[in-house]
Amino acid sequence: MAEHQLEVTVNGRAVTAMVEPRLTLADFLRERLRLTGTHLGCEHGVCGACTVLADGAAIRSCLVFAIQMRGSAVTTVEGLTPEGGGLSDVQEAFRAEHGLQCGFCTPGFVVSVTAWLADHPDPTAEAIREGLSGNLCRCTGYQGIVRAVAAAAAARARREAGHD
Amino acid sequence: MYNTVLSHAVAMEGQLVKAAPFSYHAPETLDESLALLAEFGDEAKVLAGGQSLVPVLALRLSRFEHLIDLNRIPALRYVTGTDGVTRVGAMTTQAAIGGSEEVRRRVPLLADATAYIGHFQIRNRGTIGGSLSHADPGAEYPAVAVALDADIVLASVRGTRTVGATEFFTGSFTTAAGPDEVLTEVRFAHRPPDGCAVVELARRHGDFAIAGVACAVELDSAERVQSLRLGLFGVAPVPVRAAGAEQVARGTPAGELDPVAVGHAALAGVSCVSDVHADAGYRERVAAHLAGQAVARAVREAREARHG
Repeated sequence: MAEHQLEVTVNGRAVTAMVEPRLTLADFLRERLRLTGTHLGCEHGVCGACTVLADGAAIRSCLVFAIQMRGSAVTTVEGLTPEGGGLSDVQEAFRAEHGLQCGFCTPGFVVSVTAWLADHPDPTAEAIREGLSGNLCRCTGYQGIVRAVAAAAAARARREAGHD
Repeated sequence: MYNTVLSHAVAMEGQLVKAAPFSYHAPETLDESLALLAEFGDEAKVLAGGQSLVPVLALRLSRFEHLIDLNRIPALRYVTGTDGVTRVGAMTTQAAIGGSEEVRRRVPLLADATAYIGHFQIRNRGTIGGSLSHADPGAEYPAVAVALDADIVLASVRGTRTVGATEFFTGSFTTAAGPDEVLTEVRFAHRPPDGCAVVELARRHGDFAIAGVACAVELDSAERVQSLRLGLFGVAPVPVRAAGAEQVARGTPAGELDPVAVGHAALAGVSCVSDVHADAGYRERVAAHLAGQAVARAVREAREARHG
């Protein structure tokens, strides 16, 4: 089958590649760009490990074909860290609150939470659980993850209020 | 399932692909997509949000020679309300519907149902046209469409036709759309109800429902039930309109309506399906209970709206 030319921005960098249309975005990111921070768990949209941002919206990269991202800006977990290294505020909160154990699901959580907090700056405990429901973790029991989201939200609120 | 994926995966030049090969088309206008469908017929499949179709392809449960991606047709993404009709473009995402003030005001049952669909990451891609066309028996939007007597607009090079939601769903994962037709729009003519509710039972939050109910109620000036609309999902191969229960409730003073009785009436004559998650008897009991819950909630909302 014919390959198609894909022009896409990934983590701020313009990328041009020839792809088979059946190549999923997740496999494109991992196998072609070697951005292996995006993890593949269930590969049918349930686990959330492969979540990335497409033009700012969190999506499952296993449920879109790479070619569909033509002209879009994709951000993976690698693109969330500040320039020059270090951790993003969400990553920092996951570390501080023990929001991970084995870490397999963590990139998906971090990307999802990054998008979700932008829309829910002051979430209730219940809303956080609802917001996290699209990502599965088999180690932590979620308590640390829920705390991490609350901590990240609180830290952002403090920063915006000019404290800290 | 994971092993299945691996055994079907083909390593090609260091890249892992899962779906069988297909020719990809990304038309930018509806006419272009209709011409492609006219050319390829049932060798082609329309790709909307892909949240069900992509895994079906990746697991090779199905394969198509041609995929026609509608995501490059912005003209199919809209919510417009004029007079008594709310029109929703087929490629409007569930996220856009969930966030639409227009939908919340004019078709609140659709807004309520949206929160039950998958998770926000799924709703960012999933579309109303895809949900209806996929016709999963456990899906929420088909039941809302049936409950509200929505009209579904199908287009092909032969022209455009409108099909009532009840006629549209012909079986499990099967609709009245022909191989050359695209679902382009959903029309809700129903005026906003006084109260509505969606309730469902799923094994996990965001899963397709084992059983669920979409309910809208209107009260007359004396606070009697003027109309009750009940759409059941997850119980049968197609969404079920509980017409018998709706009739029983009509004219009853809202304060005297017995939700439990209405719930049982809603399941009368429905032959529920059995599957690995629940047998027919269990589904029937759960659905009757949920129907009662939905009615109670919708009526409470309607009465509260009355009394401020």
